[in-house]
Amino acid sequence: MINYDVDVAVIGGGPAGLAAAVSAREHGAKNVVILDRNSWLGGILPQCIHDGFGVEETGTSMTGPEYAEKYIEMAKKHGIDVMKGTMVLQFNKKLEITAVNKKGLHKIRAKSIVLAMGCREKTRWNVMIPGNRSSGIYTAGVAQAFINLYNIIPGKNVVILGSGDVGLIMARRLKFEGANVLGVVEILPYASGLPRNVVQCLDDYDIPLFLNYTVTCIDGKERLEQVTIAQVDDKMNIIPGTEKKIKCDALLLSLGLVPENELASDVGIEIDTVTGGPIVNQYLETTLAGVFACGNCLQVYDTVDVLSADAKNAGKNAAKNLTIQKEDKKISAKIVPGKGVRYVVPQRLSECERVHLTLRVEKPQESSMLRVIAGDKELLKKRLPWVNPANMIEIDVNIPSDTIAFMQSLEVTLDDH
Amino acid sequence: MITEKKITCIVCPIGCKILVKTDGTQFEIVEGNKCKKGIEYAKNEALDPRRMLTTSALINGGEWPLISVKSSKPVPKEKIFPILKEIKKNAVDAPINSGQTIIKNVANTSIDIVATKSVKKL
Repeated sequence: MINYDVDVAVIGGGPAGLAAAVSAREHGAKNVVILDRNSWLGGILPQCIHDGFGVEETGTSMTGPEYAEKYIEMAKKHGIDVMKGTMVLQFNKKLEITAVNKKGLHKIRAKSIVLAMGCREKTRWNVMIPGNRSSGIYTAGVAQAFINLYNIIPGKNVVILGSGDVGLIMARRLKFEGANVLGVVEILPYASGLPRNVVQCLDDYDIPLFLNYTVTCIDGKERLEQVTIAQVDDKMNIIPGTEKKIKCDALLLSLGLVPENELASDVGIEIDTVTGGPIVNQYLETTLAGVFACGNCLQVYDTVDVLSADAKNAGKNAAKNLTIQKEDKKISAKIVPGKGVRYVVPQRLSECERVHLTLRVEKPQESSMLRVIAGDKELLKKRLPWVNPANMIEIDVNIPSDTIAFMQSLEVTLDDH
Repeated sequence: MITEKKITCIVCPIGCKILVKTDGTQFEIVEGNKCKKGIEYAKNEALDPRRMLTTSALINGGEWPLISVKSSKPVPKEKIFPILKEIKKNAVDAPINSGQTIIKNVANTSIDIVATKSVKKL
C-alpha cells in the first residue's frame, strides 16, 4: 500500500474536477490531487469537438478540447498532482481513499474530498426496448468517442433515439462523415436539446425529427437490420397501427445521463432520487462532512460554463473546510421543489445568507411566476418569459436571518400567474 | 425569384418561427419575430447563412489517430461539404499544437482550418 496525505482529493479529472482543483489551490489548499481512471484529463471534453463551450464564461466560443486544455494548463500552473489511469475503489467516513493503478494500491488520506465523477449514459436496458440483441446499438457518447477519438464509424444508415443535445450533435457529425441519418426519434412532443442544435444539426441537413415517436422493436440476427418506430399518445402509450419500419445498421441512444455515485452511496452519503446526485447544502457539501460534490455527478448540467462555476465553489469550500473550525450546524432546513418544479440544488440550507439555487421545471411554459417561499413569507418572486426543462434556471435569493426558515422548509414553485 | 422561407430564430431559447420573403438579395419579414434581434438573425439566415465548422483530420504518427479542427471563421453554409472533402483529402504529421493552422484558404474561401487539440508525437 502506497500512502499519501493531501489537503484536497478530487475524484474525477473532467471539467468539474479540474475547475474544483484549480479553485481549491487558489483558495489556499496546498496539496491537491486529481484522481482519474482515464489516461487523459478533460473527461468527455476531448471528444466534444463541436464549439459552443465557454461562451458565458469567457465570451468566446471554444470547442471541447480547447476548453479542456485551458483548464489543464491552469492545473499545471498551480502544481496540482494528477494521478491518471487510477481507479478509486472506495473511500470511508474518515476520508481515506483507496485507489488502484499500475503501480499498485494507494491509500490517500484527505482533509476534504471533492466528488466530480460525472455521469453515465442511459442504455437500451434503462428504457427496455424489445427485440434482438444485435450489434450496432450504441449510446450516443460511445459513438461520439468512436468517431472523434478513434476514427471508427459506427454505421452507414443510422437512426437516433432521443433528441438530447448529444444525439442532435451526433446526427450532424455522422452526416459530415458520410453516413445517412434516417431520423431522430423523440418520445416527447418537443425536442429535449437546445433549439440551436435542432436548427444547426437537423434542419440544416434535412434530418427528420419524429416527435411523439419511440422505437418499439429492434431486429437483426447478428448486425442490426431494422428498427420499428411507432407514435405514442399523450400518456406515452404506443398507438397501434402507427408503426413504421426503418432499415438501418446502427441505432444510437441519446436517452439522458445518470450521475455516477456508487462511491458516494457506498459510504452512506444521501442521494437525491430526482437528480441522482448527492444531497448538498449551499456550500455543495454532501451529508458527509468534508465531502463536496460538483459537476454532472451532482446534477446533469446544460453547459460546461455553469458547471465550472459551481465546481469552483465546491473547490473553494473544500479548501475553506481545511481552516474553518466545524461548529455544530445551527440549521438544516430543506429546500424542496413545489408545484411545477422538478428539482432544486442545493437541497439543504445550513446558514441564512444569499444563496445560489439551480433548478429545473416540469414542462415547457410561457410567462410564469417563480417563487421562493418560506412558510407564509415570499422571499423571491420573478416573472420568467419562458421556461423549458432543457434549460436549467439559476437564481440568487437572499434568505434573511429572521426568516422562520429555520423551522421548516423553503419551497420553490412555478405558477401561471 | 422570390421565395418564402421559414426560419427558426436561435438568438434566444423561445425559438420564434420567422417567415421571410427573399430573392437572394432583397429580404422582407412576413411574420413571426417577437423581437428586433430576430430581424437581424433572419436576414443573415436568408441572405448569407454561415456556420462554424468543426470536424477532425487524420494525423500521422500521433498519440491519437485524429486531430480535432475548426474553421477560423464561420463558413458559408453551401461550402460545408466542399470544405469537409478537402480536409479529408490529406493527413497532417504529428506533433500539432492547438491553434496551429493546418489548411490555409480552404476550398478557396479565404478561411483557414485550425487545430483545436494538441497531439503529441508517439
